[in-house]
Amino acid sequence: MDSYFSILLTEVYKILFLLVPVLVSVAMIVWLDRRVWAFVQKRRGPNVVGPFGLFQSLADALKYIFKEIIIPASSNKLVFVLAPVVTMTLALISWAVIPFDDGFVLADINVGILYLFAVSSLGVYGIIMGGWASNSKYPFLGAIRSAAQMVSYEVSIGVIIINVLLCVGSLNLSDIVMAQQNLWFVIPLFPMFIIFFISALAETNRPPFDLPEAEAELVAGYQTEYSGMMYAMFWLGEYANILLMCAMGSVLFLGGWLSPIDIFPFNAIPGPFWLVFKILFLFILFALVKATVPRYRYDQLMKLGWKIFLPFSLFYVVLTSSFLLYFDLLPGK
Amino acid sequence: MIAHSVFFYIFSLIAIVSAVMVTVSKNTVHSVFFLILDFISISCLFIMIGAEFLGMIMLIVYVGAVAVLFLFVVMMLNVAEQKGQWFSSRWDGGTHIPIGLLVSLIIFFELIIVIGGWKYKPDLLNSLSINISSEVTNTRSIGNVLYTDYILLFQISGMILLVAMIGAIVLTYRKRAGVKRQSYVKQISRERNEGVDLVQAEKNKGVKIDA
Repeated sequence: MDSYFSILLTEVYKILFLLVPVLVSVAMIVWLDRRVWAFVQKRRGPNVVGPFGLFQSLADALKYIFKEIIIPASSNKLVFVLAPVVTMTLALISWAVIPFDDGFVLADINVGILYLFAVSSLGVYGIIMGGWASNSKYPFLGAIRSAAQMVSYEVSIGVIIINVLLCVGSLNLSDIVMAQQNLWFVIPLFPMFIIFFISALAETNRPPFDLPEAEAELVAGYQTEYSGMMYAMFWLGEYANILLMCAMGSVLFLGGWLSPIDIFPFNAIPGPFWLVFKILFLFILFALVKATVPRYRYDQLMKLGWKIFLPFSLFYVVLTSSFLLYFDLLPGK
Repeated sequence: MIAHSVFFYIFSLIAIVSAVMVTVSKNTVHSVFFLILDFISISCLFIMIGAEFLGMIMLIVYVGAVAVLFLFVVMMLNVAEQKGQWFSSRWDGGTHIPIGLLVSLIIFFELIIVIGGWKYKPDLLNSLSINISSEVTNTRSIGNVLYTDYILLFQISGMILLVAMIGAIVLTYRKRAGVKRQSYVKQISRERNEGVDLVQAEKNKGVKIDA
């Protein structure tokens, strides 16, 4: 019994060691998002609290903590309270399988990429639960929209993942990174990288695909009835999901913890830094898209997902596999 | 092994309780949520016996897609209307009860057959032509079997699903009048002289605009 206890303790220690940096970086990334957004629009953005406004997110969090949590009288109270918890939990548990360096990963499981995919497909439930339990028109419409959107774009993300897996021959995330030692997959699979990026925008409900919370039509979508810390949890979960999508993109296409070229000044920098650089790079792209592109119409969104991305990525699966077969490059024989 | 069995009992308890709650709970949406909980705990059980691929696929397919569609349909129903119909004191003739009993009877007999077949499990394991080694990850071993020995069955089941899908689309598709469709090709290929008309307007008469 004692050994179980010590295993439990070390695991909890490891989990905290992972989660605290993730939560802090989520807070920082919100600040970065707002600064990039402001920079593009020639505004100053949050620059008052702390140096460069770095503590703005902390100030916001404090504000949310002290606000009153309002639970609508006609809502389904248990589900209403559970929804932000589900969103937040699902956004955080997926970090368990992200490899930060060779062997530096919380859970090095065989089906790592499937785990990531499964957890991100569960992310719909937080939104549906919130929208339904609010018992109000706008949240419900927002939830339905978002569920349809996320399910549609998951399909194309799944097919894109198949493309990568064909080149790797393993579902383990560390293996996926190690397979990119000579060539990052962003080069041979560049069209897939673009489609992955756009699908990730849609999957995380980011602009230009933020229809579930389109303020002109739906007030704030599924978040309309939420206030105080519960709203903040939705918000944190959303940004943690965005970071996770960036991490997934950098593991799948940008070579995870690997340095771009394996020569001295580059490979002296430890792996986790490279991963963080890549995540930041992708995140800044996310922020730039938010700042520049107008919102899509819902039918255009569905058309893009089902009629363009899905057939194209399926075609690319055929292309990749025939290429690998013809040149006898299939891995894992 | 203590921790292992503790987790097994926790997950199976959750699975059984939520399966019962699916049928008992009065709110249909709650039923679907319990169904999801059931799926999740069953996939945890799959992972515990080492079938990690099956567990994850269960999560992705059933929880991530099928249950979402269930929720869609159920949320669209008018829940207030059918509240507590099954347990209500008002007897509505019970037209759905005989069919339900028939279905559950069939499932019960199937279960008996399955449990009876358990006796032959050792023979069955020996008669398998596939050699399962524990060194290969189970994703790879499933692939090795599915895409070699059973490729025909696999393809046929895929075709059946495709036919079902197309059938559902054909059944529900109807052409509605008055739907405005956007054609990008038409929009882009519009010429200047189709959109703009230069007219020399006469004084005090103006221009007649038609349509």
